[in-house]
Amino acid sequence: MTHISFYLTLALYGVTTLLYLACLLRSTPCMAGLARKLLVAGFLAHCLAVIHRAIAAGHLPITNMHESLSFFALSIVAAYLYFEFRFKVTSLGSFVLPLVLVLVLGSSVFPSELRPLNPALQSAWIYSHTLLAFGAYAFFTIAGGVASMYLLQSHFLKKKQLGTLFQKLPSLDTLDEIGYRCLTFGFPMLTVAIITGAIWAAQAWGSYWSWDPKETWSLITWFIYAAILHQRLTVGWRRRRAAIMAIVGFSAVLFTLWGVTYLLGGAHSYVG
Amino acid sequence: MSAESIGIIGVNHKTAPVAVREKLAFSGDCAGPLMALLAIPGCRECCFLSTCNRVEAIFVAEQPGEAAAAVRGFLFANVGISDEEARKYSYFHQGKEAVDHLYKVAASLDSMVVGEPQILGQLKNAYREATEHKTTGVILNRLLHKSFSVAKRIRTETNIGGSAVSISFAAVQLAKKILGGLQDKSVLLVGAGEMAELAAEHLVSQGIGRVVVANRTLERAAKLARQFNGTAVGLAELPTQLAEVDIMISSTGATDLILRKDDVKPLMRQRRNRPLFLIDIAVPRDLDPELNEVDNVYLYDIDDLKNVVEVNKAEREREAARAEGIVAEEVVKFGLWLEGMAVSPTIAALRQKANAIREAEVAKTLASLKSLSDAERKSIEMLGNAIVNKLLHEPTLFLKNNSPHDNAQVKLAFVRQLFGLDKDDGQG
Repeated sequence: MTHISFYLTLALYGVTTLLYLACLLRSTPCMAGLARKLLVAGFLAHCLAVIHRAIAAGHLPITNMHESLSFFALSIVAAYLYFEFRFKVTSLGSFVLPLVLVLVLGSSVFPSELRPLNPALQSAWIYSHTLLAFGAYAFFTIAGGVASMYLLQSHFLKKKQLGTLFQKLPSLDTLDEIGYRCLTFGFPMLTVAIITGAIWAAQAWGSYWSWDPKETWSLITWFIYAAILHQRLTVGWRRRRAAIMAIVGFSAVLFTLWGVTYLLGGAHSYVG
Repeated sequence: MSAESIGIIGVNHKTAPVAVREKLAFSGDCAGPLMALLAIPGCRECCFLSTCNRVEAIFVAEQPGEAAAAVRGFLFANVGISDEEARKYSYFHQGKEAVDHLYKVAASLDSMVVGEPQILGQLKNAYREATEHKTTGVILNRLLHKSFSVAKRIRTETNIGGSAVSISFAAVQLAKKILGGLQDKSVLLVGAGEMAELAAEHLVSQGIGRVVVANRTLERAAKLARQFNGTAVGLAELPTQLAEVDIMISSTGATDLILRKDDVKPLMRQRRNRPLFLIDIAVPRDLDPELNEVDNVYLYDIDDLKNVVEVNKAEREREAARAEGIVAEEVVKFGLWLEGMAVSPTIAALRQKANAIREAEVAKTLASLKSLSDAERKSIEMLGNAIVNKLLHEPTLFLKNNSPHDNAQVKLAFVRQLFGLDKDDGQG
């Protein structure tokens, strides 16, 4: 059953991604409504797959590479759906969904057998700490997508290349607004995730902060986003430079999530 | 009734100079022209469209070719030229070509500015007047309704009306792409030229929040500002204003640049890096071209805007080609309907429908009565046949017997509607 809904999810995301890309490249008003319906269907199938797995495993399914990639993709789709319905920007999907598809495809490659939970992870803190972290990273992913759209659109306007893609992309103002919204959601979530992580660490390992690579890198990520928000609220350092920083921040997110595990190891390396 | 009975005689911006068109202009209501057209011998239905760029008389007649001369005579009555000359200035389409032409007019493929949206509204008004004076019948009702739905289909399936094809509209579209909604934004007009006024007018109609006018002579500035409910300032206040506004349109007669890169750079910090859209429509230019290199500043001069318009026009041409494909498809559909609007195809369609129902129902009944002998089966089939033939006898006679004061079209349309013979393509 888990497998069926997982592969259904994969198929739906695949078709949806193609539809969103077609919407971006074709010059005709198109099948955006259909794409959105299929995405919602894919999202529901994905939820079903994750819930099934959670019941089978008896814990939140984020403890190996297969699970964490899939769960990250699910968080991104949830965050994306919020912005799609709130701002009606279909073109954002054309940038975010290919990444979602890659994540789910990646997830399907890794072994998916259920393993007993590492004793260190058996705590109620796993919910608040990891759910908040995944939520924050999902919003930062959207922020990264919006930022790259911003840079593209700003480039078109500066160079006066006003083709189909320019017509399809939203206004700079809308993109900036969505990016800012993402940070105002994501940043507090990451802050609380780091704090709850520290408390959990104190209980599990006996120390609040031990400069484990994952801790260090999530702190670096936190500082990058803190800098964007601070500059934006004080001197108005926003728009283009904020967009570049949001992309830097997103790279830091990716590194914190998987780069650390593979390259640096450390106490957080349960995954893999 | 064949397709040849629809005719259109028209005059437009391509066929006749304005000197001729203005003499034909029928202003006010269409009652006069409609009645005059209907009085032409053989003319059974008509609709009359008159705009500043075109006059079209759409009519249904038994011999459109014969009615055409009379229609032309009526159109050119005030011009005082021979029918031969009138022929030169006008066009006459009949049958499928007339349908094709009307669809193109409705979809704005025949307009001076291809894709402009007003013509559809004008055509709808013309049709409304015609129905009020009861000059349209079965054929024109369907033709006009179809032309509206074809125009709508072309609007949604192609991008024909999507991009701006005038300089001031291009400026407004760019402003929207940079600033998003214009409601809480402001524009600064520097210089009080005609082009700047036009652009400002468009911005105001799109709901821009605030207009500021700066000019060398404060008097001109005040006059223009009043027009847009804005404020007037002297040129010396330019830097202060520039720290506030979102759009600046410059069109002074100055021979030298009035704003340089180094003037604006410090302002951007003061603006907290809010984007600034600079439009330079002055020749020679007012604004330093290097301004475009400043972060969050977007500078467009008159040539840039002209390029945008050219590109958009080229895109409209491409979209127009796709729209013509849609028109061709719809003309064929209308032709099929028109061919069906005759007595024998209608009777054939009626019989076909009844027989299809009979066959399906008989098959269903026989499938559940497996114990019947062959003879009994045969009699059930005959029963079905007899009911169909008896039931269709009266409608068939009703269609075939035409007394002189019957309107054949109305009868056909009535029967087709009663038995749902045009269900497949709808009535829209």
